[in-house]
Amino acid sequence: MINLKTLVVLAVVTIPSPSIAAFGDDFESVVNALNTRSFDDKLEAASRLATMDHERVDVVLQALIDGKLYKKKGDDTVVVVVSLEGGGHQLTDAASGEDLGKVGRRGAKKISVNNKLRRQLKGLFASRQLNVDDPQARIAAVQAIINAGDVSLREILLERREVESVEDVQDAIDVAMVVFDLDSKDQATKLAAIQASADNLDSNVRMKLTAVVSDQSLDQELRDAAASSLANIEGLVERYRWIETLFFGLSLGSILVLAAIGLSITFGVMGVINMAHGELIMLGAYTTYVVQTLFPDALEYSLLIAIPAAFIVSGLVGIAIERGVIRFLYGRPLETLLATFGVSLILQQAVRSIFSPLNRAVATPEWMSGSLEIVQGLSITYNRLYIFFFALLVFATLLTILQRTRLGLEVRAVTQNRAMAQAMGIRNTRVDILTFGLGAGIAGVAGVALSQLTNVGPNLGQGYIVDSFMVVVFGGVGNLWGTLVAGLSLGVVNKVLEPAAGAVVAKILVLVFIILFIQKRPRGLFPQKGRAVES
Amino acid sequence: MLTQMMLQRLMDHDRGGWVFLAVLLAIGILVPVANLLVPADSFFHIPTYTVTLLGKYLCFALLALSLDLVWGYCGILSLGHGAFFALGGYAMGMYLMRQIGTRGVYGDPELPDFMVFLNWDSLPWYWYGFDQFWFAALMVMIVPGALAFVFGWLAFRSRVSGVYLSIMTQALTYALMLAFFRNELGFGGNNGLTDFKDILGASLQSDVTRVVLFVCSVVALALGYLVCRFIVTSKLGRVVTAVRDAEARTRFIGYRVEHYQVCIFTVSAVIAGIAGALYVPQVGIINPSEFQPLNSIELVVWVALGGRATLYGAALGAGLVNYIKTVLTGALPEVWLFVLGALFVIVTVALPRGVIGIWRQLRLRENHG
Amino acid sequence: MADDPRINRPTQVDPDRVFNFLVEPPTREELINTARGVILYLEDISVSFDGFRALNELTLYIGTGELRCIIGPNGAGKTTLMDVITGKTRPDWGTAYFGQRVNLLRRSEPEIASMGIGRKFQKPTVFEQHTVHENLELAMESDKRVWNTLFCSLTGEEKDRIGEVLELISLSELVGKQAGALSHGQKQWLEIGMLLMQNPLLLLVDEPVAGMTQQETEATAALLTRLAGDHSVVVVEHDMEFVRSIARQVTVLHEGSVLAEGPFDAIQEDSKVREVYLGS
Repeated sequence: MINLKTLVVLAVVTIPSPSIAAFGDDFESVVNALNTRSFDDKLEAASRLATMDHERVDVVLQALIDGKLYKKKGDDTVVVVVSLEGGGHQLTDAASGEDLGKVGRRGAKKISVNNKLRRQLKGLFASRQLNVDDPQARIAAVQAIINAGDVSLREILLERREVESVEDVQDAIDVAMVVFDLDSKDQATKLAAIQASADNLDSNVRMKLTAVVSDQSLDQELRDAAASSLANIEGLVERYRWIETLFFGLSLGSILVLAAIGLSITFGVMGVINMAHGELIMLGAYTTYVVQTLFPDALEYSLLIAIPAAFIVSGLVGIAIERGVIRFLYGRPLETLLATFGVSLILQQAVRSIFSPLNRAVATPEWMSGSLEIVQGLSITYNRLYIFFFALLVFATLLTILQRTRLGLEVRAVTQNRAMAQAMGIRNTRVDILTFGLGAGIAGVAGVALSQLTNVGPNLGQGYIVDSFMVVVFGGVGNLWGTLVAGLSLGVVNKVLEPAAGAVVAKILVLVFIILFIQKRPRGLFPQKGRAVES
Repeated sequence: MLTQMMLQRLMDHDRGGWVFLAVLLAIGILVPVANLLVPADSFFHIPTYTVTLLGKYLCFALLALSLDLVWGYCGILSLGHGAFFALGGYAMGMYLMRQIGTRGVYGDPELPDFMVFLNWDSLPWYWYGFDQFWFAALMVMIVPGALAFVFGWLAFRSRVSGVYLSIMTQALTYALMLAFFRNELGFGGNNGLTDFKDILGASLQSDVTRVVLFVCSVVALALGYLVCRFIVTSKLGRVVTAVRDAEARTRFIGYRVEHYQVCIFTVSAVIAGIAGALYVPQVGIINPSEFQPLNSIELVVWVALGGRATLYGAALGAGLVNYIKTVLTGALPEVWLFVLGALFVIVTVALPRGVIGIWRQLRLRENHG
Repeated sequence: MADDPRINRPTQVDPDRVFNFLVEPPTREELINTARGVILYLEDISVSFDGFRALNELTLYIGTGELRCIIGPNGAGKTTLMDVITGKTRPDWGTAYFGQRVNLLRRSEPEIASMGIGRKFQKPTVFEQHTVHENLELAMESDKRVWNTLFCSLTGEEKDRIGEVLELISLSELVGKQAGALSHGQKQWLEIGMLLMQNPLLLLVDEPVAGMTQQETEATAALLTRLAGDHSVVVVEHDMEFVRSIARQVTVLHEGSVLAEGPFDAIQEDSKVREVYLGS
């Protein structure tokens, strides 16, 4: 225990310098120098190693970090081992890479490392990675160096800073410098670093600042500065969390809009709740799965293929439902609700029988994975971002169809007054088929989007029917803008409530809110008016 | 004398009702005899398992009856009646839970096992009183009734009707399901209430208790039928059907439509609650899955298949669909949902009057031909 | 506000009583004060739907016992006027009083109906699943609260009343028949019968003779004229012959407001009315 403590102190105080090493300069002798009991000496040798330009440096360092560097019994050759099943070792000469054959379990002894040394080694290893071509890897290396907390690497970082051309990497190095400076003995440097960290969201920085605040031995000025920097950071974190919540809310809202907008059209035009709407969404998600299974090589384009495919599949199923069931039930909305519920059960079970009741994995293309970092500490995932814009696009398209095309005109006419529209020569049957197909197709497209966010299973759609209906009712039947506003606001409200109340209670609160809202405005946010509506 | 006159008023022009009550009386006598008195190796012996299964069907029939009252006569399609059923069941379950006493796994005399497991140190206030049967029995009716009253008052006052109301009721049961799944609510979360030991001091495992529960279900169904019949044959019933057929017109001759709707909705919820309370001791468990929207909507197809606005048709439909369900989920579980889905479509498209409707039509043709 | 004599006090809660609901509600006659000989006051009523003015600052008074005919081209606002009086549509502004005390704009449809305003719709609406007898029973003036309807049964007096009305509308033979199975004209009569059963102070009758034979039309005219006096009657009608046969006082509506008012012959000569009706 005492030993370890002194070691920690030593490691911080002494800056190991390769020049005073008591070993030769050639690669092999440095490697052999790792074979020592003292962790300090090991660190010294490793530091020396890290500066060398030899093809096996990375292999040896990695082996040391992973605990795979051994010394061979007998001649004390430093070897890299691969443990064999049954207890033996396969040996490779660490310096030369020469195969030294197999030995028994006791044929080699591990060159041990402790946690502190391992962290420092990782830093050393990372410092070598500073010069690789991939900027992402360089940033990762800088991160590793910060985590290692090895002040000796500061110089290396500074050197790299001189030649670094990529801005992100420069920023990362600057952060690292500040982190190092936080540990500085020099008051002024330390203070400057503390002040410079005020907008740094790195967890290391926060840890160090907290340490400074609670360190009684430090100057009050330093501690105050650290406290104010910390407060600033907390404020930023809080603000970013709000922005993130807002974004998640909008994202959820966009999904609700996608799910509800088809329902809004069919409900508006026919006054019919299509309870199978959720299952049409599910079919869209499964279409994505099938497309990906059929064209495994075209993963990047799979969604682009899946969108029209899902539109067609769900649209056709929707038309089949309209022709097969709903057509016989016009003017009896409650019966239609029941019949379409029956259809939804059949569709669910059909999918379960065909694809198994288990969830299917739908892959995410490269361009949709990952996240966009707006500033440090605030990033949003691409898939949610794309789906948000996709929802807006679908909305705009639909709006255009309804307001600029002949079909849209007829649909609006039928929505307003069915009998009148028929008298004007609009063929209701055709409008019914087309609108139902359109609404169903959009459900399918929504399914493609959902497949990127949730598990694709037979129950996927079930959860969305109540939510979608709430959006439609809240927004006002047959009003696309209402659906948009209602969907987005319900999404945001849900996400804002969630951290305070928990997901389930948030959902219940939203349901209760809508039930009460209907009291005040039975026709939603954007009601249709006029005598035709009332009858 | 009075009861006879009453019965005559209720059952006048109701041959189907007579048949229904006669059948109930018959099975109410024959089934207990066949279970308790007939030796086990006899062909006529009915095993306790079957008695309990029949008792379950009877509870479902009572539930279907309650839905038929609101849907068939008042035109309110409730997709959340399962919630009232479940609430009644939970009230009974709470009583049964407290009867376990020290026989639970943790042996706590007051707290049910799941509360001990959650490290609760005292009984939540809403569990008080449930150690008394009379209190639980009261709650079986009051809780669903109060919920229906408040919900109905809010909804009907602002003239929410048709599909809007249906989806609202569905949202109601959905919200309750989410709430009851939470451990914090204090109703056993996911697992619900189970491991019951006895009711009113009689072991739930014994054949006699099972048979008594069965007979209670028979009586409840018969009484439920008579109560519903009393309502629908009164002027109230005629007002309510008037509301169903022409709501606005009923308002214009001076009826407060929303009062009638709330009244029927509440009565129906109370009946559903009683059905749930009889159901729980027979199946031995109540958990949040009873709140599933699917359950409530499945119940609608029982009524639709049997025949709306006939009362006994609803009970018949409940028995029929549940029998098919028992058979199919045992033999071909994959097929059950196809059948159920197809039932929904066929009944609504081709059989708007249900089985009873077909039968009446056939008789009508016979009489004319 | 509380001193405003027009506010209908009897139904407001009495602050000195705990069990207000136990107090017998005031009778209709106490409630509706027609001391000045006017039963319906409509002033400055305006209603618009999505920018379309259905009623435009309409002012109309109906006297007690009066028989008033309202005529006007399509879209003149006749049905909307009925909707406002019966509480179905709330006007954007204006006042509507039943007698001197009852503010109609604060009442719901059932309240208005049980206070004594009966309405017959343009399209005959009867309860098709109920028998003729049940239709009349439902419409009958009685305690229409839930609890009462559960336990009440018809008294002899009420049975007599139903019999009388059945006689009057000539449907005695069809008393047990489902209303849905009646002919159009019979439904019209049944609806008039329901109106009579309500025993209203004010009858609003929307196109009563549409679909009736000449003979039935005459019978209706006779009935309405007979009702006036005891009741106040407002008739909306297109059939000019019919209007001529019953009308003492005629109001012409045009584009949501009153164009002319007066005896039938004077109206017929009115140049503005001719312009609206004949376009000349």
